Amino acid sequence: MARSVTTRHKVTATIAAWIVALIIFFPILYTIITSLKTEPEAIAGFSLIPSGTFENYITVQTQRDYFKPFMNSVVISVGSTILALIIAIPSAWAMAFSPTRRTKDVLMWMLSTKMMPAVAVLVPIYLMFRDFGLLDSRIGLTVMLTLINLPIVVWMLYTYFREIPGEILEAARMDGAGLWQEIVYVLTPMAVPGIASTLLLNIILAWNEAFWTIRLSTTNAAPLTAFIASFSSPQGLFWAKLSAASTMAIAPILILGWFSQKQLVRGLTFGAVK
Amino acid sequence: MGSITLNKVSKVFGEAKVIPSIDLEINDGEFVVFVGPSGCGKSTLLRLIAGLEDVSGGKIMIDGKDVTQAAPAARGLAMVFQSYALYPHMSVRKNIAFPLKMARMEQSAIDRKVEAAAKVLNLTDYLERRPSQLSGGQRQRVAIGRAIVREPSAFLFDEPLSNLDAALRGTMRLEISDLHNQLKTTMIYVTHDQVEAMTMADKIVVLNRGNIEQVGSPLELYRSPRNLFVAGFIGSPRMNFVDGAYAQSKNAKTAGIRPEHLGLSKDNGTWRGIVKVAEHLGADTFLHLDVDGIGPITARCDGEFGAYHGDTVYMTPDESKLHRFDEKGLAIKG
Repeated sequence: MARSVTTRHKVTATIAAWIVALIIFFPILYTIITSLKTEPEAIAGFSLIPSGTFENYITVQTQRDYFKPFMNSVVISVGSTILALIIAIPSAWAMAFSPTRRTKDVLMWMLSTKMMPAVAVLVPIYLMFRDFGLLDSRIGLTVMLTLINLPIVVWMLYTYFREIPGEILEAARMDGAGLWQEIVYVLTPMAVPGIASTLLLNIILAWNEAFWTIRLSTTNAAPLTAFIASFSSPQGLFWAKLSAASTMAIAPILILGWFSQKQLVRGLTFGAVK
Repeated sequence: MGSITLNKVSKVFGEAKVIPSIDLEINDGEFVVFVGPSGCGKSTLLRLIAGLEDVSGGKIMIDGKDVTQAAPAARGLAMVFQSYALYPHMSVRKNIAFPLKMARMEQSAIDRKVEAAAKVLNLTDYLERRPSQLSGGQRQRVAIGRAIVREPSAFLFDEPLSNLDAALRGTMRLEISDLHNQLKTTMIYVTHDQVEAMTMADKIVVLNRGNIEQVGSPLELYRSPRNLFVAGFIGSPRMNFVDGAYAQSKNAKTAGIRPEHLGLSKDNGTWRGIVKVAEHLGADTFLHLDVDGIGPITARCDGEFGAYHGDTVYMTPDESKLHRFDEKGLAIKG
C-alpha cells in the first residue's frame, strides 16, 4: 500500500510542478504566440492558436533595425560585466582572504545601495550624464550598468572565494608554491566556476536592465530594452509587433540561459548548496 | 635529519597570549605528539613550526639552523591537514606530484616518486581519480603521499584522523606508526585524543593554555604525572580525584587513583558505593559509582564481574598506585 501512495504523491507533485512552471513561463509563451498572430488577431482577445504568420518579424526588422540595438545590448552587457569583474575580483579576493573587522560592514553598505529606488537618483545622474556628454553613449551605459551591478558581483564573488578552504592555500604554501604559482595552479582553477556563474548572471541582469538604459539613451546607444519600448509609443499599441520585438530581444538571453543552466543554478543558490 | 628546537617561542593574537613562552627539544627521528584540550595552543604551536604563523617572540631552529623568519616551503617540512586539504581539481597523481612540480623536478623523476609513494600507501589503483571520488581514509593517504614524496626532514600532522570514523581511525593509527617505523623521519602529531597520543608517541608533550605541562614517554606520563592536569588528561577513563579526609590521611591535598587500580568486591572493601551506570565494553566494564562520603568514582573491572545499576560494590584502592598532590596541584614525590 505504501508504494501506491508514493506513486500517487509523485504524480501529484509532478503535475503541480508542471503547472507552476507553466504559469511562470506563460507570459513568455504568450508573447511568442502573439508575435505569430496578425494585428487584428492580437487584439481580438485570448487565443492560444495563432495564424502562424512571420509578417510581424519582417515588419519589425524593416521598420526599425534590430541589429543595432542588439549589438548595443551585447556591448553594454558584456562590457559592463567585464568591467565589474575587473573591479570586483580583487576587492572580493581581499575581503575573503584577508578580512578586517569592518569587512562585513563594507559588504552590507555596498549591498544597501541596491535597496534605494533607482528613480530617487534619476535627476542627478541624468544631469551628470548630460554635463559629461555621456547621454546616449555606449560608454555611459556600460559605466552605469557596471556601477549598478557591482555590489551584487562583489557579494557573489566574496561568497565563492570564502568557500575556498584556507587550508588548501596553506597546503600549497607548504608544498613550495609561491604566490604566483598559488594563484595559477590552485586558486584560479578553484575560483573559475564561481567567476563563470557570476559572469553569466551579471550578463543577464545587464541585458534585462530597462530603467536606466531606456532613460539614458535615445537612438545611438539604445539597447534592446529601448527597442521593445519604442513599439508601444507614437502610433499606439501594436501587440503583435511588440511581441515580435520582445521575442527577438529575449531570444539571445534565453538561449544563453538555456545552455548555461547548470552554472546559473549554482550561481543563484550561491553558498547554499555544497 | 630532522631535529627541531623551540627557544622561548611565543605567540600573541591581538590581546590574547595564546602561547606565553615555550622551550622544547625534538630529536631527529622522534614521534612527538602534542596533546591537550581544544584551545590549548597545540595547533598554533604546530603552525608556528610549519611557518604558517609568524612567531611573536623566540627562535625556531631546524637541524641547528635558525628558520624563524623562513617561508614555510623553505623549512623542509611537510604537513598533513585535518581537512586533508587536497587540491579538488587535480587527480590523485597530480596532487601527490604537486610539491615535486613546484620544486621543478624532472617529469620522469616525478613519475617514479609518485608511483613509489602510491605503492607504499596502496593508492596505485586510484591515481587517476579525483579526491571527491575517494573515501575519507583514501583521501588521508593521498595527503600523506603528498607529504612523503617531498622527503621532508619532519612531518607535521594536524589532527589528521579526527574526520574519520572510529574503525578507520584505528587502522590509520597503525598505518602512520608503521610509516614512522619505515621512514624513521621526525613526526610531530597534534591531537586532542589521548588514546592516539598514548598509542603512537615516543614522546608526548601535554599542553594546557599555551604552556607545556609535562613532556615524557607515554608510560612516564601515565605512571608519574607531574600535576593534576596531566593526571586527569592522560588515561582513560580518567583518574579519580579524592579530596578531604581520605587525602589527608595520605598526607596530601588531593589523592588520585586510576579506575583500573581499584580492587572490587561484592562483600567488603575500604569504600562502599552504589552503581549509577555500568558501561559493559565486553572485556572490561566501567562502573560509575556513588561512594559514601567521597562522591562519584569510576572503576574499571573485568567484564565478568557482573555489576548493574543499583548494585552495591566495595572498592579497595591499590595504595602502591596512589598519586598524591599538594595545594598547588603538583605531584608529591615518594
